[in-house]
Amino acid sequence: YIHIINKADMAASKGLKILVGCKRVIDYAVKVRVKPDRSGVVTEGVKHSMNPFDEIAVEEAVRMKEKKLAGEAVAISVGPPQSQETLRTALAMGIDRAIHVEIPLAQLEKLQPIHVSKLLAKVCESEKPDLVILGKQAIDDDCNQTGQMLAALLDWPQATFASKIEPSQDSKQLRVTREVDGGMETIDVSVPAVVTSDLRLNEPRYATLPNIMKAKKKPLAKMSPDQLGVDLQPRQEVISVEDPPVRKAGAKVESVEDLVGKLREKGLVK
Amino acid sequence: MQFIRPVLHSQVCTSARPSARQFLQKLGKSCSFSLNSSSTRLYSTEFFPINDELYGLTDEQKQLRQTIFQFCQKELAPKAQQIDAENDFKDIKKFWRQCGELGLLGVTAPTEYGGLGASYLDHAIVMEEMSRACAAVALSYGAHSNLCVNQIVRHGTDEQKSRYLPKLISGEWIGALAMSEPNAGSDVVSMTMRADKQSDGSYVLNGSKFWITNGPDADVIVVYAKTKPEAGAHGITTFLVERDSPGFSCSRKLDKLGMRGSNTGELVFDGVRVPADRVMGRLDGGVYVLMSGLDIERLLLSAGPLGIMQAACDTAFQYAHIRKAFGQSIGQFQLLQGKMADMYCRLTSGRCYVYSVARALAQGSRQPMDCAGVILKCAEDATQSALDAIQILGGNGYINEYPAGRLLRDAKLYEIGAGTSEVRRLVIGRAINNIYKS
Repeated sequence: YIHIINKADMAASKGLKILVGCKRVIDYAVKVRVKPDRSGVVTEGVKHSMNPFDEIAVEEAVRMKEKKLAGEAVAISVGPPQSQETLRTALAMGIDRAIHVEIPLAQLEKLQPIHVSKLLAKVCESEKPDLVILGKQAIDDDCNQTGQMLAALLDWPQATFASKIEPSQDSKQLRVTREVDGGMETIDVSVPAVVTSDLRLNEPRYATLPNIMKAKKKPLAKMSPDQLGVDLQPRQEVISVEDPPVRKAGAKVESVEDLVGKLREKGLVK
Repeated sequence: MQFIRPVLHSQVCTSARPSARQFLQKLGKSCSFSLNSSSTRLYSTEFFPINDELYGLTDEQKQLRQTIFQFCQKELAPKAQQIDAENDFKDIKKFWRQCGELGLLGVTAPTEYGGLGASYLDHAIVMEEMSRACAAVALSYGAHSNLCVNQIVRHGTDEQKSRYLPKLISGEWIGALAMSEPNAGSDVVSMTMRADKQSDGSYVLNGSKFWITNGPDADVIVVYAKTKPEAGAHGITTFLVERDSPGFSCSRKLDKLGMRGSNTGELVFDGVRVPADRVMGRLDGGVYVLMSGLDIERLLLSAGPLGIMQAACDTAFQYAHIRKAFGQSIGQFQLLQGKMADMYCRLTSGRCYVYSVARALAQGSRQPMDCAGVILKCAEDATQSALDAIQILGGNGYINEYPAGRLLRDAKLYEIGAGTSEVRRLVIGRAINNIYKS
């Protein structure tokens, strides 16, 4: 599937159409508890909110609209009925409309990035965005896969761990600064493209009451995986989920000889 | 006395709470960092959850609470301890601007002046979450946004509203309201400040006001003075006074038990000239402005002790489940379960009362009995819950590094300001008498 965009001067065009992914995750401040049957973590009755990296993605889309780089920003969430609250937060931050791909409860726990990226790819076929911005990873599974998989499925360029997005020098592409292990890397990508947001991309705004009220009137469309023709068959089986082992006390050593001696004692060094 | 600090001391100090951003920074740039291997510090439930389903809030109000909670916990809560220690909120101008941008300084003001045009219930939610983060700053906020701004909204002429509301709502100006005097607190209508009419129609104010919240910092003040002293209560008029009026000064900032950081002052009016078009409401009709304002003030401020009770539960309940004694967390001992249950019931029933009265008020039904009742109940309950929080924290509750002591000192104010508990009881009792008057 190839989507060709008119490579006219970005500043002169109507602006990019942006699709932003938002995932509903357990709130970062909650103490996560493992279920007694060790099949997963407790989610029932636990506070959930938008994945912090996705908040940053939403903020970036809204800022690009304010800078007239983007013309329309659409938020999408793949999840249970409650994901609508997450989408409403995105709408309250300035997104124009939202799409909810509702996943039945039975399939929710086994949903993997491969499924989400396939669902998003299908939505891209009909929505035809110029730019997809996703959070670089979700704080519940830490996978850091959906953005990259989506780009591969669409055969679009990707710019992950973005800390800055701006038009390129000739205004025909996007110049993205990426945070990599070695430092910062700046690349130019042609649109359409997939970008994933890193922490320092921006600081998300607070949703003000007038915007919260305006959000109620913004369109929120519902879709199902069947409608999109995506098979949610799990590719992985979770064997068990356990608490990390309790950290044992360490011992202080006085010298290097002591250290080597202790390592020998424990059979860690010959 | 020897105080044993729990090993996880840093978890309990609210001044060290990480925000979502700090949390992500700790996760690090590397995507291979495992979720569960970080310290428990990042995952403790530092806040006792609020079950919004119980109160019939709309989705927008629930989102509003979320926004204000995040905003206040990030911008205000980390500074609360320092503000109390220094008896000063150095960043007040910056914070006021931030509130202005979010529309918080004019929740009930019309949108044409920059307000949100929202209800008293929305305002109460904002007040509650701000009070949870820092009760002192919330008190200043309440005085500005309700006592000053809302009174202008209700009684100001179009010219007065255009002149004062935009800058008060944007946060450029700080507002205050002055009725009490050194010799007139509960008996406020016995005030002696005079407003003498001059030949050119203006008035000259002479007298002093005491215990005025935001007094030292205010740019605009709603002032009550006697234009007709011989008429007693029916000789009071409401004036709008500007800070740079010659003869006006704040003689001193008061050193208080609690609400430290909410600057309170003595205001001196020495021949302060106020033009005729700064009279708000009817001449000699100020008592109506004052008394009806007091009802709304009581309702709005009752969200203050509500926030304090929530903060008491946040601090104490978490502590009770971290602190161990005799082989288990102290929260599992019955006597503490009892205390936590009482704190919970006070908080939840208080919230139901506040929200119900707020809703009724928003629909136009103002009952002095309930406005007095709601702040009477919440204030006394907040003091009790703060005492319980100190007791749950034990020796640590007595140290100023922990917030429990500050919660108590702040809570006590609400039994006094906006009408003492005694006056509130009189209001309710007399209202009941009235029902049975033959």
